[in-house]
Amino acid sequence: MVTMINAETNAEANAETNAEANAEKNAETNIETNAEKENVLDVVDLKMRFPVRRGLLRRMVAEVKAIDGVSFSIKPGETLGLVGESGCGKTTLGRCIIRLYKPTEGLIMFEGQAISQRGKSELGRFRRRMSMVFQDPYGSLNPRMSSGDIVREPLEIHKLVDNRKEYKERVAELFTMVGLSPDMMDRYPHEFSGGQRQRLSVARALAGDPSLLICDEPISALDVSMQAQVLNLFGELQARKKNLSYLFISHDLLAVQYISQRVAVMYLGRIVELASSADLYSGASHPYSKALLSAQPRPDPFIEETRDRIILEGDVPTPLNPPAGCSFHPRCAYSTARCEKETPELRDVASGHFVACHRV
Amino acid sequence: MSNRLLTVEGLTTEFRTERGVARAVNKVSYNVDEGEIVGIVGESGCGKSVTQLSVMQLIPNPPGRIIAGKVWLDGADLLKYKRDSREMRGVRGARMAMVFQEPMTSLNPAMTIGRQMSEVMTEHLKISKKEARERSIDMLAQVNIPDPGKRADDYPHQMSGGMRQRVMIAMAMLCRPQLIIADEATTALDATIQAQLLELLYSVVEKYRTALVMVTHNLGIVARYANRINVMYAGGIIESGTVKEIWSKPMHPYTQGLLRCVPRLGEKLRPIRGMPPSLINRPGTCPFLARCGERRENCYREPATELTHVEGQHSTACAARLGRW
Ligand SMILES: Nc1ncnc2c1ncn2[C@@H]1O[C@H](COP(=O)(O)OP(=O)(O)OP(=O)(O)O)[C@@H](O)[C@H]1O
Ligand SMILES: Nc1ncnc2c1ncn2[C@@H]1O[C@H](COP(=O)(O)OP(=O)(O)OP(=O)(O)O)[C@@H](O)[C@H]1O
Ligand code: SF4
Ligand SMILES: [Mg+2]
Ligand SMILES: [Mg+2]
Repeated sequence: MVTMINAETNAEANAETNAEANAEKNAETNIETNAEKENVLDVVDLKMRFPVRRGLLRRMVAEVKAIDGVSFSIKPGETLGLVGESGCGKTTLGRCIIRLYKPTEGLIMFEGQAISQRGKSELGRFRRRMSMVFQDPYGSLNPRMSSGDIVREPLEIHKLVDNRKEYKERVAELFTMVGLSPDMMDRYPHEFSGGQRQRLSVARALAGDPSLLICDEPISALDVSMQAQVLNLFGELQARKKNLSYLFISHDLLAVQYISQRVAVMYLGRIVELASSADLYSGASHPYSKALLSAQPRPDPFIEETRDRIILEGDVPTPLNPPAGCSFHPRCAYSTARCEKETPELRDVASGHFVACHRV
Repeated sequence: MSNRLLTVEGLTTEFRTERGVARAVNKVSYNVDEGEIVGIVGESGCGKSVTQLSVMQLIPNPPGRIIAGKVWLDGADLLKYKRDSREMRGVRGARMAMVFQEPMTSLNPAMTIGRQMSEVMTEHLKISKKEARERSIDMLAQVNIPDPGKRADDYPHQMSGGMRQRVMIAMAMLCRPQLIIADEATTALDATIQAQLLELLYSVVEKYRTALVMVTHNLGIVARYANRINVMYAGGIIESGTVKEIWSKPMHPYTQGLLRCVPRLGEKLRPIRGMPPSLINRPGTCPFLARCGERRENCYREPATELTHVEGQHSTACAARLGRW
């Protein structure tokens, strides 16, 4: 692995010849030295814009600001929950971090190294230390590969074991770790239930011994009892591997509360609130977070009987043309003239509780 | 005491599949009173949708067929009507209406919202086109579509997901049906939009005293809105009662397991082990047997027990809990 890092540095120097790329790289190295080494992930002012093209010439007519200046970090062994309305940029954020996308601007530091602008070939080691679990285990597993081969593939790609026997042992170990019987190695994904398929994709994601797992709606496609099984699995894995961190994206607020130490709430490409799970669930400050928490019905008729709810009006605006100022203002009950003009910054309002709202 | 609106008795529906005949709905009996909200919950594939489609006679045939049972709506014996008969078409839409998860599949993409709504009314009610349009616009206003006169000329794709679902509710309400069946009607929507829609649906059915059957995975929705709840497992109702009865004193081990699957802070989740059984060649024993933590020797030997009254509105189908053995 040490030689690999050298190779990477050389490749970087050769490949990036234009001035802009160099400037970017210098900026990256500067921050690299100052970065908090103890975090597994630091994201600083990240932006991701997608061009919208029209017509025969595919001319760019507009830009979607899918991520519009997002900063946060994750500590080793920590679970950060990420919630927010559909289309607010959660998946895009996950894909930028794991570098399926090259972010338009901003910095991503993973295990102390800037990876935001690296090319595909320079990502090798990081690809292995970070992996993603998706919502739809069907779509993300190759139907023509046996389940054993699905888990074996990343071991092969990252050259993690040498011979056949070791492969088999390692795959069996991963199967056992996620609660699948190693006897099932020869079976194909369609022979698995939804919950088992999700276990399989977790086994695959764990193959490279990652320090960060990005889980994008990993339980949304499952039904309640399977959800509980998979949530338990995530908890058990972390109990076993103390330094495993999760970015846990979900619209199930109860699941997020259950599994996360801290939670970030996104709205239209920005984080509007970030706090410890306990603080957020007992005292959300941003009007959107409040409405979101209030919208989720509690599975208990004795609570629901007396609980008042905040019902937001209007639809979620599109990131193609976000409202000026605070992008939540058209739906906010507390909006003032200032909210329509000035975008609120994410500020620390009470040691570690961050809110982006003029009112707070 | 409210009046009984819908009575379902011994409803049984089967599908012919490559591997054999699957009994998706097995001797299901329940009822719905006027203006009542009944929740139907249970794991994926347990027969929630097929039960409701059977009541509406919308089961695709082949491969599906209702092989036994009775459905009475306000005294009328619905299964006596042929699926596509004039009577049954009159019942569907005018007296019972259904709202599905994905409005795009139930709305015609090539016709304006206003025209689709007017057609529903001119088909079922004796009213003029002009009157139908006026009533459509009024209904759109009632489901909070802004500028309804203009939006009535929109095509479905010109609306957001939340708006389309509001249009579906408006359409379902057009002929003032006695019963609305909402099958996962808000599942695909965002949390805040989902809440907005459910409150809307609730206020509309309350206003017109329409009965509502809510099919959902989401126990929270049932806890908030339903008066009574039917818990389904492997094609049958295994427990039934008011939401408070079910939550304060769940009797069937499956119901207890289901309630324990909800994440609660500081408590370890205890998921139900295993998977639901195949619906083909069902053994006569309790369908939950293989996964049950409470099973006794008799459960292996004796045939499954029918849903049996316990107290109040509460019934269960667990023989052990009923003290049979
Ligand atoms: N590859 C892409 N090209 C163009 N636009 C995109 C692309 N990916 C995402 N977007 C847009 O970026 C915005 C954020 O999308 P994203 O999928 O990240 O949202 P999300 O929060 O994950 O939503 P959901 O909860 O529905 O999964 C959306 O407006 C989406 O349409
Ligand atoms: N057209 C069909 N052909 C064959 N089998 C069918 C058909 N429709 C439904 N089934 C079977 O009937 C059973 C019950 O299905 P149903 O759709 O009622 O489940 P459900 O409880 O609504 O599940 P979900 O929560 O996933 O919507 C399932 O096992 C399903 O495979
Ligand atoms: S900044 Fe203004 S509009 Fe935005 S959430 Fe706060 S009060 Fe509402
Ligand atoms: Mg997403
Ligand atoms: Mg269904």
